[in-house]
Amino acid sequence: MRTARALLLSILVATSGCGGQQSALGSQGAPAIHVEHLILGMVAVCAAIWILVMITLGTALLRARPRTARQDDGSEKPLTMAVSAAVAATTLIIAGLTIASFYTTRGIGLADSTALTITVKGQQWWWQVFYADSSTGPGFQTANEIHIPVGRDVRLQLESPDVIHSFWVPSLAGKQDLVPGRSNSLLLRAEKPGVYRGQCAEFCGLQHSHMAIMVIAEAPGAFEGWAATQRLDAVVSADSDTAAGQASFMAKPCAACHTIRGTPAGGTTGPDLTHIGGRRTIAAGLVETTRGSLAAWIADPQTHKPGNNMPMVSLTSTELRNISAYMESLK
Amino acid sequence: MKEKVSSFSNAAFALAGLLFLAVSGGILGWFRQPRELRLDPPVAADLDRFRLMPNGISGSPPESYFAIGKPYESDAYNLSQGKRLYAWFGCGSCHGDGRGGVGPSFLDGWWLYGPEMVSIVASIRDGRPHGMPSFRDRMTSEQIWQLAGYVQTIGSYTPQVAAPSRNDDEQTRPAENRGPAKILFDEGPVGVHPDQGPTP
Repeated sequence: MRTARALLLSILVATSGCGGQQSALGSQGAPAIHVEHLILGMVAVCAAIWILVMITLGTALLRARPRTARQDDGSEKPLTMAVSAAVAATTLIIAGLTIASFYTTRGIGLADSTALTITVKGQQWWWQVFYADSSTGPGFQTANEIHIPVGRDVRLQLESPDVIHSFWVPSLAGKQDLVPGRSNSLLLRAEKPGVYRGQCAEFCGLQHSHMAIMVIAEAPGAFEGWAATQRLDAVVSADSDTAAGQASFMAKPCAACHTIRGTPAGGTTGPDLTHIGGRRTIAAGLVETTRGSLAAWIADPQTHKPGNNMPMVSLTSTELRNISAYMESLK
Repeated sequence: MKEKVSSFSNAAFALAGLLFLAVSGGILGWFRQPRELRLDPPVAADLDRFRLMPNGISGSPPESYFAIGKPYESDAYNLSQGKRLYAWFGCGSCHGDGRGGVGPSFLDGWWLYGPEMVSIVASIRDGRPHGMPSFRDRMTSEQIWQLAGYVQTIGSYTPQVAAPSRNDDEQTRPAENRGPAKILFDEGPVGVHPDQGPTP
C-alpha cells in the first residue's frame, strides 16, 4: 500500500510539468494534437513491446535448461521460427511507426490559401513580428507577442537575419527552425482562446534562454479589435511627464534603433515600440510590462540580460522616470 | 598472454591521450578572453573625455581607456559588435563595404584624419566637414568606440590578432582577419581630400 502510494506520488511529481501554457502534452491546436497523438501512440506501442520482451526474457531465464543438456533434441526448429517471426514483427512495427510519423508531419504543415500570414523574424534575442496588409487594413509590426484568431489557420513565415533560431509553441504546433537566408513556413492553429508560451528551441547565443514568445489566441472579434488598435499610430502624450519622456526619447540614442509610429523615431534595429505598453512582457518574456520593470530595463539592460544589443544610455533620474512613463503610456 | 598485455597498454595509452586532450582543452577554454558586457557608467562617461589636437587629427585617449586594456582594438567581441553597428547605422550607404562611395574609402590606405582611435571616434561622434554626420545623439559612447575599433581594422596597415566574426554573405573584399589589404591599397586613393598628398 505504502509503495503504491509512493509510486503514485512520484508519477504525479514527474508529470507535474506536463500541462500549463507551454506543454506538448496539453495541446490546444490541430497540428499539436496530431503530434500529441503520434507521441502517445509511439509510447504505447513501444511500451507494449518492451513489456512483451521483458516477459519473454524472464520466462527464458526461469526455464533455462542446464548446460550439459544442450544437444540437438529437435528444439532448434521452433527457435528459428520464433526468431524469424520476431525479426519480421520488428520490421513491420518500425515501418508502421515511420509511415505514421511521415504522414503526421506532412499533414500538419498544410495551411489553406486563405490563412492569415504572419512573418516572424528571430533576432538575437527577441522575436520581430510582421502582420501583412490585409483586406481589413494595412500591415503593422510588433514584437515578442503574436495574436491569432481562434479556430483559424495561421501561416507563419519564419526568417532570421542573424543565426539559426527555432520557433516552438508546444501547445499549438510543432517545432520549426528559422534559418538565415531562408523562409520556412509553419501552420499555427488554436482551438481554444488562451495564452500559449513558446520558446526559442535552437541554441542561439548568450540569451537563448531568455527568448520567449507569447501566442495569444482570442475570439475573431477580439482579434480584429486588437489588430485595429495596433494599426493606429502611437498615442499622443497628454500629461507633462510623458510629453517630456517623449522629447527625451527623441533626443537620445533611443530613437536611432526603435520605431514609434507617429513620431520622428524610425530606427529598425530594435523592437517596434509603438504599442509597447499593451504587451504582456518586455525583453522577450523576461519581465512583465510595468512602469517599474520598464525603468529597470532602460536603466541597465546589460545586468538584466547580459549580451543583448540594447546599450546603457546615460539618463538623469528625471529623464528615466519620464521615459518609462512614456513607454507605459504607449498602449 | 604477452599480446593481451600489449593490447591492454595500447588501450591505456589511447585513454590517457584522450584524457590529456580533454583536460588541456578545458584549461585552454578557461583562459578564453573574458567578455566585458557591461561597461561601468563612470568609465563610459570618461571615454568621452579624450583630447584631440587642435587640427582635429590625432590626440590621446583618456587614461581609463588604457586602464581597461584598450578593449575596442584588441577584443574580438567588441570588434564584432562594431561590425554589426557598421551595418545597423547605415555606414555602408556612404562608405560601402569599406571601399568608399559617396564618402571616403577605408581600404585604400588613406586616413584623412589619421588612423588613431581618437581621430576615428571624433569623426563618428562629432562629424566631419564634407558630409560626415554627427552620431553623438544616435549612439552611446561605448557604441562609438566599438564602431571606431572596427573601422580601424578595415584599413589597418598591420595585421591584428583580434578579428570580428566572418560575413555570412559573399565577401566583396579581403576579410578583416586577413591583415592589411595591401592589394587594395595599391589601387590608389579613392575620394581623397584635395589637401592630402600623393599615394602613401
